[in-house]
Amino acid sequence: MKIALRHVFVLVVCAFALVPIIFVVSAAINPLGTLASTDLLPTGASLANFADLFASETHPFGRWFFNSVFIALTASFASLLLSMLAAYAFSRMRFRGRRVGLLALLLIQMFPQFLAIVTIFIIFTRVTELYPPFGFNTVWGLLLLYLGGALGVNTWLMKGFLDTVPKELDEAATVDGATHAQIFWRIILPLVTPILAVTALLAFIGFMSEFLMANVFLRDPESKTLAVGMFGMIAGDQRNANFGMFAAATLITAIPTVGVFLWLQKYIVSGLTAGAVKG
Amino acid sequence: MVADVRESAVAEQAPRPRREITTGFVVSRIAVLAVAGAILLYAVPPLVAAGAWASLALLGVVSAVICYLYLTRRFVPAKYLIPGTVFLIAFQVFPVLYTVSTAFTNFGDGHRGDKQAAVTAIETGSVRQAPGSPEYALTAALRDGNLVFLLVDPKTKQVQAGTGQGLSPVTGAQVGITGKVVRAPGYTVLKAPEAAARAKDIAALSVPTPGGLIKANGLSRAVEGRAALTYDAACDCVKGEGDTWTADETRGYFVNAKGEHLAQGWQVNVGLDNFTRVLTNPTISGYFFGVFAWNLGFAVASVATTFALGVAVALALHHPRMRGTRAYRIVLVLPYAMPAFAMLLVWRDMFNRDFGLINQLFGLEVDWMGDPVTARFAVILVNLWLGFPYMFLVTTGALQAIPRELTEAASIDGATPWQGFGKVTMPLLLVALTPLLISSFAFNFNNFNAIALTSEGGPFPAENPQVGATDLLITYTFRLAFGAGGAQFGFAAAISVFIFAIVAVISAVAFRRTRKQEEVYA
Repeated sequence: MKIALRHVFVLVVCAFALVPIIFVVSAAINPLGTLASTDLLPTGASLANFADLFASETHPFGRWFFNSVFIALTASFASLLLSMLAAYAFSRMRFRGRRVGLLALLLIQMFPQFLAIVTIFIIFTRVTELYPPFGFNTVWGLLLLYLGGALGVNTWLMKGFLDTVPKELDEAATVDGATHAQIFWRIILPLVTPILAVTALLAFIGFMSEFLMANVFLRDPESKTLAVGMFGMIAGDQRNANFGMFAAATLITAIPTVGVFLWLQKYIVSGLTAGAVKG
Repeated sequence: MVADVRESAVAEQAPRPRREITTGFVVSRIAVLAVAGAILLYAVPPLVAAGAWASLALLGVVSAVICYLYLTRRFVPAKYLIPGTVFLIAFQVFPVLYTVSTAFTNFGDGHRGDKQAAVTAIETGSVRQAPGSPEYALTAALRDGNLVFLLVDPKTKQVQAGTGQGLSPVTGAQVGITGKVVRAPGYTVLKAPEAAARAKDIAALSVPTPGGLIKANGLSRAVEGRAALTYDAACDCVKGEGDTWTADETRGYFVNAKGEHLAQGWQVNVGLDNFTRVLTNPTISGYFFGVFAWNLGFAVASVATTFALGVAVALALHHPRMRGTRAYRIVLVLPYAMPAFAMLLVWRDMFNRDFGLINQLFGLEVDWMGDPVTARFAVILVNLWLGFPYMFLVTTGALQAIPRELTEAASIDGATPWQGFGKVTMPLLLVALTPLLISSFAFNFNNFNAIALTSEGGPFPAENPQVGATDLLITYTFRLAFGAGGAQFGFAAAISVFIFAIVAVISAVAFRRTRKQEEVYA
């Protein structure tokens, strides 16, 4: 009896979780491709929306997909590396300013970067004049901007991981004549790789969904990311007409993340409890 | 600077043997120099061209310090801290400080440049055709690659060349039937399509004359105009059109006797005006506190609902005789793995009144995003959908860490299941999860996407299209800075500073409380 009640409750929540997703699937395979003609359950099946998506001239979806994956991959890799380097110093070395530095990072982390968006806009207006390849409408400029937030977000988390790696390992390596760089690259990094993978995945998802900065930054259709481009796809009066294409794009965007998510599920639970928040 | 204490301690005990110079050492040093050199080669020329000497000096000092740090064997921690710190300072610390300083100015639309730029804009903007002045036949031409106007006076047929410096006579020019110059010695006359291609340059060129200036009117006519408004340095005012506008250095505007100002102003320091405006101006402060209250409510409600649902589901699945937990878990995690920005937009359309799924499913006719109450309910529901899987995952992890013996012991001592949950499981869960709840609160307090992509801050009251019922401080600030109503960067920066302060205070209080709580339970 009690077990049955539990099942009923969980099933209701599952339905709540699934309804929007079924709706997206139904919209994606809806041959008419409009919002108004989409029901919860598919009324027909066709791949027309997917075909339209890749053929569209005004919405270069392939290009957006590439931009997004490129930015998210590079930014998550680079930001993890930057915070790993800093965390190594904070975890293994004792130096003047260590405590102050750690506290400062904690404080800075509380100030979300996008509150300073007006200033960032002004700074990059100047950068665009001086160095066009790193200015507005470029993936490199956006990457630089994302790296600014790297230290604040991950350093504490990484330091926590590194503190769990026994210090005796580095001491043994030092006795054997290893330099600090060799210890970092050959001993510390391989040991924390599993947890790094999970953190990287979370960072990847966060960068894929980042909208605010990218929206200010990328105006040119060719340079847009998925978040910015797909937002424009159903903006204004195209909201009804392009909905099928939009749903198809959502599904394609979700496939890699959902796949990796299911694969890494059990690591994610421990990674999340260690303090990562989806951005 | 920082110094490695461990290394220096070793050095004091015994003179360190000289480490031999390995290939890795040499290669890494060469790599550092090469990267630094490449960056300098790329970054210096544009700065020199723009004459940005301060930036150039800063760049030089920073690269010198970095090179020195990586070339010596000392300062080991700094080697690891520098890469992230450079980005942190450039794109986070500096913008924050700059934001704070912008909050003390009136920077925004109408106040973008300095006073000189404002005067130029006012004067050129007020140019009208001088009465009785001739309308010249215009031919665009090039002299040494520079754009020149060849102007033919319609009465005298005299040809003059006009440049940014002024007018000069042209001899030997041949005028065609249309009245335009066909050829002139020393000039390359532009054909119609060539001229059309340079229409922008042609429109931008103005030829100064003793009484005003000559500007192109289309591609084949030019007229002499006079600035209706002129700046008079003696009285620091703008005169013309039978009125006088005096410079008001506190507001950054030219103001006339009736208190009206010219549209173009300049950037000035306004001190604490932006801050006092937020707190004391009744229209603004009313909205500000309204938005703040809803913002707080939204963040609390988001954390509370996601946490409650997440814990409830995790507890329901946390039973030894429960079957199918793996399948349930996969389904429950799906919303977390879907791209959040896209699903927010999907939810927005599901709440659409005319063809949205919610109204269809339940046979309703509700305009969800049109009414403040339903719109607020809708955004919290959407955020619940997005956020509960995360809470479910972390609670599942935390529950597995709580030994079952504790609840069993409680039930043997006669505690009901509810008492066991409330007095044993929940406090232990809270110890593990409070830091996550705080960061979730901070995240939702500034959850721009959840609002901007669903309700867009709306519905907006009829009397004020700037502040909507579901606006968070961050979306409100964003609209002030970039919205259709004209950019108010200075004011938006002031509100940003308020948000900084609020988030910092709340986080500080929360962290202190967690520390106390850990002392109690741990």
